[in-house]
Amino acid sequence: MKNETQGLLLEFPLEHYRFETAGEASSKVKQVVRQLGVDAQTARRISVCAYEAELNAIIHAFGGRMVVRVLPDRTELEVTDEGPGIPDVEAAMREGFSTAPDNIRELGFGAGMGLPNMKRSADEFEIKSSLNTGTWIRMLVRY
Amino acid sequence: MEKYYHSVRLLNERCIGCVSCARHCPTEAIRVRGGKARITESRCIDCGECIRYCPNHAKTAVTDSLEDLQNYRYNVAVAAPSLYAQFDKNIPVSKILAGLRTLGFDKVAEVARGAEIATAALREYLAKPGIKRPVISSACPASVRLLLVKYPELIEYLSPVDAPVEIAARIARSEASQDSGLPLEAIGVWFITPCPAKMTAVLEPIGVGKSALTGTISMISIYGELLKSISGLATVAETPMASAEGVGWAVAGGEANGLDDAKILVAHGIRNVSNIMEQLALGKLNDVDFIECLSCAGGCIGGPLTAVNRFVAENSIKQRLKRMRAEETPESRLPVEAEQVVLALREGRSIEPRPVLKLDDDIVVAMQKIELIDDTLKRLPGLDCGSCGSPTCRALAEDIVQGTASETDCVFRLREMVRDLAQEMVNLSEKLPPSLTTEIGMKDPIEPSRLRKNRMERG
Repeated sequence: MKNETQGLLLEFPLEHYRFETAGEASSKVKQVVRQLGVDAQTARRISVCAYEAELNAIIHAFGGRMVVRVLPDRTELEVTDEGPGIPDVEAAMREGFSTAPDNIRELGFGAGMGLPNMKRSADEFEIKSSLNTGTWIRMLVRY
Repeated sequence: MEKYYHSVRLLNERCIGCVSCARHCPTEAIRVRGGKARITESRCIDCGECIRYCPNHAKTAVTDSLEDLQNYRYNVAVAAPSLYAQFDKNIPVSKILAGLRTLGFDKVAEVARGAEIATAALREYLAKPGIKRPVISSACPASVRLLLVKYPELIEYLSPVDAPVEIAARIARSEASQDSGLPLEAIGVWFITPCPAKMTAVLEPIGVGKSALTGTISMISIYGELLKSISGLATVAETPMASAEGVGWAVAGGEANGLDDAKILVAHGIRNVSNIMEQLALGKLNDVDFIECLSCAGGCIGGPLTAVNRFVAENSIKQRLKRMRAEETPESRLPVEAEQVVLALREGRSIEPRPVLKLDDDIVVAMQKIELIDDTLKRLPGLDCGSCGSPTCRALAEDIVQGTASETDCVFRLREMVRDLAQEMVNLSEKLPPSLTTEIGMKDPIEPSRLRKNRMERG
């Protein structure tokens, strides 16, 4: 963790199919913002953003990383993965749309709520995806 | 800092300063300092886990006693279904209630009856559109307090239905006032409690202005006397009013049992309760209507103030319930009145979170502290042994940064520091004064008088 213009920088590597680590990054982020005194509802939004991003990368990508910048007035989350990319981003933003394979859905994941949940929880949401290369998501939550 | 009432206390003379309680505390509220366990009041949720795990019985729950009955002109005992589970299934509820009366109560009331009303109120609430789902049960006071301390973002999910014991106490108080002709305040209403959290809930209620209970009496403290009085009973004048639906609340899953069509999760054991709340906070529980949360494993029969092993109790209450269900008919059940349901629902109440995690009022200072905590944590061994008196290495790192502990409290760090110091001493001991060294040190300053003398000799 480094201090960067009055902020905290947290970095998490995300590994394909490592479900046992799912939730670790988001709970760390949540703990940090709660310790800073960010109110409970906002902290929850930040942790939902982090959790869904974490899970997406674990399910779909071949690996990636999440960089979280915690600043005095906002938290920025940036997730970059190397993976298949999203063929139709607009469709993927619709609730219930899922490309998760059956074995993942059987585990109770991949309900097609990931991207919509991120968008709903964040104040700013940007996504760029290119096929067979990967996906980049940037989210911002203000306190 | 705000002052909170707590039922859970430390008996100083019994505490040997081991860290069992600190390591089992679900909210990391305990630190061992100066050889004694100290409870951080703002974090304690009165779950009683420390009472359960203290090998020296140094943790205790402050409850009232039978002597306190003397302060009231008329006394009512409120009996929970978990009390029935402390007795053999062949001892009828009527006999347990009658036995309780002989301990000095004028009247007895059943929490199970309150539970039936709570179930009806809960059904009504769950049928409402637009409520936050899943609804989290607010029957267990320790679970509610855990939510306030660790998951305040979930406050709006809490059920607005009064706990069964509150409902039963309110009815009992008003009935007792009518029976005796005494004013409501002259009546002592006492809950025979399986846990310390209920005591706290009486003195510091959440979401209820004032509890209808006067106090609580620990189940285990009267168990011996109650057993004796029950076995000596010849005739029994009590008629139990509650059905199996209400009595079933003694065991985990009992509350959910009355909610026929709802999709339900039952979490019992304080760590499981915490986990399920965590899942909900992450937005993962989409297809659930209701979560029953019970701090004690097995439900109230697993309470720290119960007398009988919880598995034995579970077996006995399940057999009792089986018999009750076989004997019940729709006509034999006392109906729940609409008015009672209205009274039990407290929608629109405001509940305050407990901000215990914040490191500093100034967010920039808090950020610096987080960095310091991280740096400090890197130097700690990560064994979470608890020898320092803090429950984990991370907790110690926080305590160090917050100024309540020192790095030397860690035995491993202390050993490292001693080793470094010893090394330094060895290094120093090898340094000899110039008069004893064989080589003439080039660094030694040369006195001008010596230089002059040398020149004269040569010259």
